[in-house]
Amino acid sequence: MSGIPHDHYEPKSNGEKWLHSRLPVVGLAYDTLMIPTPKNLNWMWIWGIVLTFCLALQIVTGIVLAMHYTPHVDEAFASVEHIMRNVNGGYMLRYMHANGASLFFIAVYAHIFRGLYYGSYKAPREITWIIGMLIYLLMMGTAFMGYVLPWGQMSFWGATVITGLFGAIPLIGEPIQTLLLGGPAVDNATLNRFFSLHYLLPFVIAGLVILHIWAFHTTGNNNPTGVDVRRTSKEDAAKDTLPFWPYFVIKDLFALAVILVVFFAVVGFMPNYLGHPDNYIEANPLATPAHIVPEWYFLPFYAILRAFTSEVWVVIIAETLTGGIVDAKFFGVLAMFGAIAVMAAVPWLDTSRVRSGRYRPMFKWWFWLLVVDFFALMWLGAMPAEEPYASFSLIASTYWFAYFLVILPLLGVIEKPLAEPETIEADFDAHYAPKVGGTTTIVNPAE
Amino acid sequence: MNIIKATLVSAVLALTAPAAFAAGAESSHKIDNIDFSFDGPFGSYDVNQLQRGLQIYTEVCSACHGLKFVPLRTLGDEGGPHMPEDQVIEYSKQFEVFDAELDDFRPATPVDHFPQSALSNAPDLSLMAKKRAAFHGPYGLGINQLMKGTGGAEYIAALMHGYTGEEKEQAGTTFYENHYFPGGWISMAPPLYDEAVEFQDGHDNSLEAMSEDVAAFLMWTAEPKMGARKQAGFAGVVFLTLLSVLLYLTNKRLWASVKRKD
Repeated sequence: MSGIPHDHYEPKSNGEKWLHSRLPVVGLAYDTLMIPTPKNLNWMWIWGIVLTFCLALQIVTGIVLAMHYTPHVDEAFASVEHIMRNVNGGYMLRYMHANGASLFFIAVYAHIFRGLYYGSYKAPREITWIIGMLIYLLMMGTAFMGYVLPWGQMSFWGATVITGLFGAIPLIGEPIQTLLLGGPAVDNATLNRFFSLHYLLPFVIAGLVILHIWAFHTTGNNNPTGVDVRRTSKEDAAKDTLPFWPYFVIKDLFALAVILVVFFAVVGFMPNYLGHPDNYIEANPLATPAHIVPEWYFLPFYAILRAFTSEVWVVIIAETLTGGIVDAKFFGVLAMFGAIAVMAAVPWLDTSRVRSGRYRPMFKWWFWLLVVDFFALMWLGAMPAEEPYASFSLIASTYWFAYFLVILPLLGVIEKPLAEPETIEADFDAHYAPKVGGTTTIVNPAE
Repeated sequence: MNIIKATLVSAVLALTAPAAFAAGAESSHKIDNIDFSFDGPFGSYDVNQLQRGLQIYTEVCSACHGLKFVPLRTLGDEGGPHMPEDQVIEYSKQFEVFDAELDDFRPATPVDHFPQSALSNAPDLSLMAKKRAAFHGPYGLGINQLMKGTGGAEYIAALMHGYTGEEKEQAGTTFYENHYFPGGWISMAPPLYDEAVEFQDGHDNSLEAMSEDVAAFLMWTAEPKMGARKQAGFAGVVFLTLLSVLLYLTNKRLWASVKRKD
């Protein structure tokens, strides 16, 4: 599967040969697990395992929750309370599922920003990046629909606001909104289709995860230097890499265990910290909550959605040029989806030939400003839509677009990158100097 | 390593920033933190306090408010009010429930739930301690909630003794001034006063003490499995810490030859 030369699975016994000639499933598992992996990967390369764990956790807890949940407007809220009070371990299942979504998004944001810093999106990994962005979009859709299921006030009003965004699209907006809702407003039909899709989409995500892994197993992992693994021979490749098992499996599992300590502390001791109290009030179409706010992981993009009000000059220009078709509401929706679209297009927007931010002195500053910008947007998304937050949101949103559309294309031209190491081995040896007068042979403890 | 440090900082930010919006409608007055027995990772409900709270609920609150999500049998649960079985049976009998099979009302048994609110405009109290929050911010950063919890029980206690004595008539309804209620005016008349309830063991029945008791009881109705949850969380933390140490050592040994450290 991999383009990096390495030893492949050889069936030895007759039984193995029999199976291998019919279905090479053991070979597939072996080659996937023993894939040569750059040996200089740092701790930012652990999020893939965390994400895989999250997907499994959400599917397993979700399947059991679905056994006890009732997707009906009259019973959904009560059935969640039934899970919390009467189902064996139900309170843990539900709190793990709810906080599992938060862990999922913390991990995915760390994973995405890792990719942005080390240029993991650059050729030849564009497909990996695009599939990753699709997974991220599906995650947002799944999380959003999952939050509607408990049928609390935030579920109901969040669903009303977010599906309302589609109504802002000219001409086709309203039919789309009706299709999403299954009627003119959020009601039982909405709850039912959201439940159905919330159950379906994780399996679509799982399929895309396989493609995601397949893609980067073909190109090989990126690494902190951004320098390619030498593919000239098996021996050269072995100097730059180590097999995924056991080196990275153990390392990643260690990182996962540490993260899960924090996760269990949150689930056990403060499971409602990341939630909203209003969602413990049963949905009431007649009472609008004082503040309707999405879950924290949507806040940065929610801030971008709200930033472009009808007083902003770009909105005024857009409205005049299109004869009113692109109004402030539609502009906000375009901006929100555009914010993710520019991120998805980053492989073609970044003109620098140097992958890793480590060797890009100017890029570093702009990158960290983007990280600050992301947290600023997250905070602003939770603040009321009034001054000074509205102006801050506009500035922060502008930077988000400027980073991808202006700064990255320009930096590749004006920036003078630092010298990259010749090989991954050279970078690794710079950290862990070889012993004088001898090369170390690496034995594989698995054998 | 720069990116790793920055990531840690980001992770802390990511954990605190989210609670920013756990705000909702805020009371105009600052609510004091109360040292409840169930606070903190090892805190548990005080059985006596829950039973006093139950008595206050039964004698005062239940006249208008229901607890429709709470099964009566859970009054006997360990980690809850922990009442003996015969007492739970006896207690249940005072409520009338509609039985679809009999097509008539009958006295409740422990398998039934507490009744719904008797008054249509009196909210159900089952989840009151989780749907209200006393602590917010500062500046939407969620640090207060991180340190003190969301404070639903503190909100309830503050509301009980937060009446100023001022009243006003509006569209035929009497409103009572209460600084802790969002908006400052509440249609619920002051429910508790000093010595409103007499405890068998002669426990303090001042307004303040009873406010805390009923708040603790409503925390239990909202989160009856808190004790079991904290235990499970603690077991998870201990087990995973141990696993982390073992994996750390395994990882160190595994990489030692690669990193030329052996």
